Amino acid sequence: MSMIHVTTNVNGDDVEFLCDPRETLLDVLRDKLALTGTKEGCGTGDCGACSVTVDDRLVCSCLMLGAEAEGKSVTTVEGIADGENLHPLQEKFIEYAALQCGICTPGILVATKALLEKNPDPTETQVRYWLAGNLCRCTGYDKIIRAVMDTAADMRKAS
Amino acid sequence: MQYHTPGSFDDAVELAANAEGITRFLAGGTDVLVQLRADIVTPDILIDVKKIAGVRDITREDGGWRIGVAVSGAEMSEHPLLQKEWPGVVEAMDLIGSTQVQGRATLVGNLCNGSPAADSVPAMIAAGAWVSVIGPDGTRKVPVEDIPTGPGQTSLAKGELINAVHLPERGANGGDAYLRFIPRTEMDIAVVGCAVNLRLDGDKISEARVVLGAVAPTVLLVEDAAAAIIGSTLDEAALEILAAAASAACNPIDDKRGTIKFRTHVAGVLAKRAAKIAYERAGASV
Repeated sequence: MSMIHVTTNVNGDDVEFLCDPRETLLDVLRDKLALTGTKEGCGTGDCGACSVTVDDRLVCSCLMLGAEAEGKSVTTVEGIADGENLHPLQEKFIEYAALQCGICTPGILVATKALLEKNPDPTETQVRYWLAGNLCRCTGYDKIIRAVMDTAADMRKAS
Repeated sequence: MQYHTPGSFDDAVELAANAEGITRFLAGGTDVLVQLRADIVTPDILIDVKKIAGVRDITREDGGWRIGVAVSGAEMSEHPLLQKEWPGVVEAMDLIGSTQVQGRATLVGNLCNGSPAADSVPAMIAAGAWVSVIGPDGTRKVPVEDIPTGPGQTSLAKGELINAVHLPERGANGGDAYLRFIPRTEMDIAVVGCAVNLRLDGDKISEARVVLGAVAPTVLLVEDAAAAIIGSTLDEAALEILAAAASAACNPIDDKRGTIKFRTHVAGVLAKRAAKIAYERAGASV
């Protein structure tokens, strides 16, 4: 099986990798690039644990091939903080304890960051619909939604 | 599995026409990759069409729209003019999957996946949309309703692919709408779907198309249902005939998501509700 050579950008860094054509972007991120913040939940686009942005568009990395990343710009949960300084969403998730086991958290952080960049003043309903594809099986949605609403309010004040 | 990224539709056709084994085209991948991962369909040859120029473009064409094969649902929802002219088509596409799925899923993928419950397909058929099919013998125009032939089956021949969806000119006093029934508010497959597209002459309906999804092996264009409301002001009597015609057209499966009796009844209810929304939208566009 011939491998495909891919050149892409992940979290601001230019990277190259060789992948099997069947490997997903999720496989590549975790197994080739050692970026294990992105989680595999269902592997079929239902749970959102593998959410990343590709050219600023929120997608499931399990529903995209690694080969499709050629020439793209990918952002994962590892690209959200600025060095040691956490993103306001990350700070709020800690403050609100908006997680239990944490496996859905990277996907939810990536998804909500994408939402707040598109809509800095979402209603609670808009946040809930936006996150409909991010499943938390610890049933922690209430704290997640409150953390997102509070982050949005803080970020509006700061800007 | 071989992975190809042709630079033109001619190259894509040539690859597909000469391919041996299972061939799949990749646009959004939200069905193809699920089937691949679940070992339902493992293509020998995967042809990614996204490197072809223009496939991500929504452009004006003869007063209507040309929507490229790789335009995502999110890109359609973010297009204000498309949304204004064909709100039913845009809302139907927008109902598919999550925000993440919307970032990749396409109209053409939804059509070619061949699901009788595909949300965007009734809306496209109601709108009178057609697709351009490119193949070894050239390009042909095909109405959307002629593409699905059964669950998971299409009329496309070996080497053929769709390169765009074409929506007709909206024209004056027109409106469309799509509704589906699911047992929850988001992230589910239609138990019944219904799209209505109509045009008004004064307060009377002069043209209509009524289309049902998930109640037969293919999406159904129901002419009797359209006839029930053409010439009417969508009064109560016309709505009752519409509902009866929609229910009469149903030939659904019986499964855990909906019984035959339930789907047949809901088809009539949704037809009435979708017709009312389309009628309001057509009136508002005067």
